[in-house]
Amino acid sequence: MKRFGFLAWALWFGYAFLYVPIALLVIYSFNESRLVTVWGGFSTKWYGELLNNEALLSAAGLSLQVAAVSATLAVVLGTCAGMALTRFGRFRGRTLFGGMITAPLVMPEVITGLSLLLLFVALEQLIGWPDGRGVTTITIAHTTFTASYVAVVVQSRLAGMDGSLEEAAMDLGARPAKVFFVITLPIIAPALVAGWLLAFTLSLDDVVVASFVSGPGSTTLPMVIFSSVKFGISPQINALATLMVLVVALGILVASVVMARQDRQRKRDEQMALQTG
Amino acid sequence: MRAVVSVLAAVLGRIGLWGRGVVVAIPFLWLMLFFLVPFLIVFGISFSESIIAQPPYAPLVEWLTDEDAGTNKLQILLNLTNYLRLTGDDLYILAYLNSVKIALVTTLMCLAIGYPMAYAIAKAPPARRGPLMMLVILPFWTSFLIRIYAWIGILKGNGVISNFLEWTGLTSGPVEILYSDWAVYIGMTYCYLPFMVLPLYSTLEKMDPTLLEAAADLGCRPFKAFLKVTLPLSLPGIVAGSLLVFIPAVGEFVTPELLGGPDTLMIGRVLWNEFFANRDWPVASAVAIALLLVLVVPIMIFQHVQGREAEGR
Repeated sequence: MKRFGFLAWALWFGYAFLYVPIALLVIYSFNESRLVTVWGGFSTKWYGELLNNEALLSAAGLSLQVAAVSATLAVVLGTCAGMALTRFGRFRGRTLFGGMITAPLVMPEVITGLSLLLLFVALEQLIGWPDGRGVTTITIAHTTFTASYVAVVVQSRLAGMDGSLEEAAMDLGARPAKVFFVITLPIIAPALVAGWLLAFTLSLDDVVVASFVSGPGSTTLPMVIFSSVKFGISPQINALATLMVLVVALGILVASVVMARQDRQRKRDEQMALQTG
Repeated sequence: MRAVVSVLAAVLGRIGLWGRGVVVAIPFLWLMLFFLVPFLIVFGISFSESIIAQPPYAPLVEWLTDEDAGTNKLQILLNLTNYLRLTGDDLYILAYLNSVKIALVTTLMCLAIGYPMAYAIAKAPPARRGPLMMLVILPFWTSFLIRIYAWIGILKGNGVISNFLEWTGLTSGPVEILYSDWAVYIGMTYCYLPFMVLPLYSTLEKMDPTLLEAAADLGCRPFKAFLKVTLPLSLPGIVAGSLLVFIPAVGEFVTPELLGGPDTLMIGRVLWNEFFANRDWPVASAVAIALLLVLVVPIMIFQHVQGREAEGR
């Protein structure tokens, strides 16, 4: 009984450690006082100021655009990579391929950022593309490091899926491409959605790589947050953080409701199939 | 052109079906161009000389044409001064040692907090495990930058902890934890904790509970059973989690920049400053290569563990 007590405490401590800072952030976003640590009464004025902050809003727009495009590209690349690693057996260069997929997961961001920037500079010297740095280079950089995360998510879903469905379709004469689009894709769709969201979040969160590969005039939201946070605390950032937490919480809530509903639907279908068959 | 196409077709034909080849080729070529080639460029530029130009490094390979003698010479200049500077200047060596130290402390703190959490979740009733794990991963979905920012308000003088300590009468004045190594430890532990809990949970959850029952039947006390059975069996999870925390932590930039003091030297910060403040791209490249050398062994172990995990499924 005593051991259970320790574990429960450890669990509570862990959750408190994870959530108290976020809760404090939200609470102080409604603080009247500019001094974030002194409570000056309830106010929503920082939200109003946030909505009038042109620089921040345009950076947010740019970040959302980059995140959406790079997440979509990363899903395409990651799905191909996941298929190659789980379904194609041994092929030449597989070890190198597997290494290139997992290495970006742990690569320090400063190295990724520096190496991509040097590549872009060298390419510009050699072939004149990319012409300067900006949205395109940030998008390419984000696609590269988020594709690995998507590949891992897709790979684990593919590995956990029943391969006999694909074999059955193949036996019935479906071509590999048709098998993929009719059988495999619908089954791994949840992993693709999860991978897209993960890539989107990672892209929206990145400050280091973007700082290296961005050019004048293309400042992303994390870059704006980083430079304002560096000079201390500002209640506007608290307000922004609260909005972000709200969006994430809503997103997770919707996703889990949808997934639970799909799960129930699938179980019902299976039951029906068993009864009729 | 047709020859190229037929060679390409032959190559693809050898890999297997056309479609398969394309599916492999797309991510393969992308990663080659945007992951592998950039490293080679960094490696090359680390041997270059810093010059005042755009881009600010001297070319490694040059064609020298001598009009009088009518000869062409290919000149390759490899400059080792950048590496000599790294080994000659205490700043860099200290930064490396300090980065490894901070990453180690962070890993140990994540393990100390994360292991009991993962264990408790794995021991919870199956229906509750999903939501409990969800709560661990959830903060990961909110911005990393925002989570670091949250600690500024907590750790600074006149911040939440300082005010609380003053209120309880434990201290008489404001306590400044911010801008110290401890602030960096706390912030990094906070950010990397989910990476530790995830692999730990997945190994602990797979563990066969009858093993512990057998140990108990044979007269083993719970704590001893934990040390003799659970701990060794969860070792793969410990290794994977520790590497997932340690490797990115060594090269971390944002946390020490925002929470650390000016004397919190970390290699990621040194690289950043060489690049952005000093505009010395060759030295920044040399720092990156040296950082990779520090990380090459942990990354290889990680790849090995990851590969075994993937094949074990």
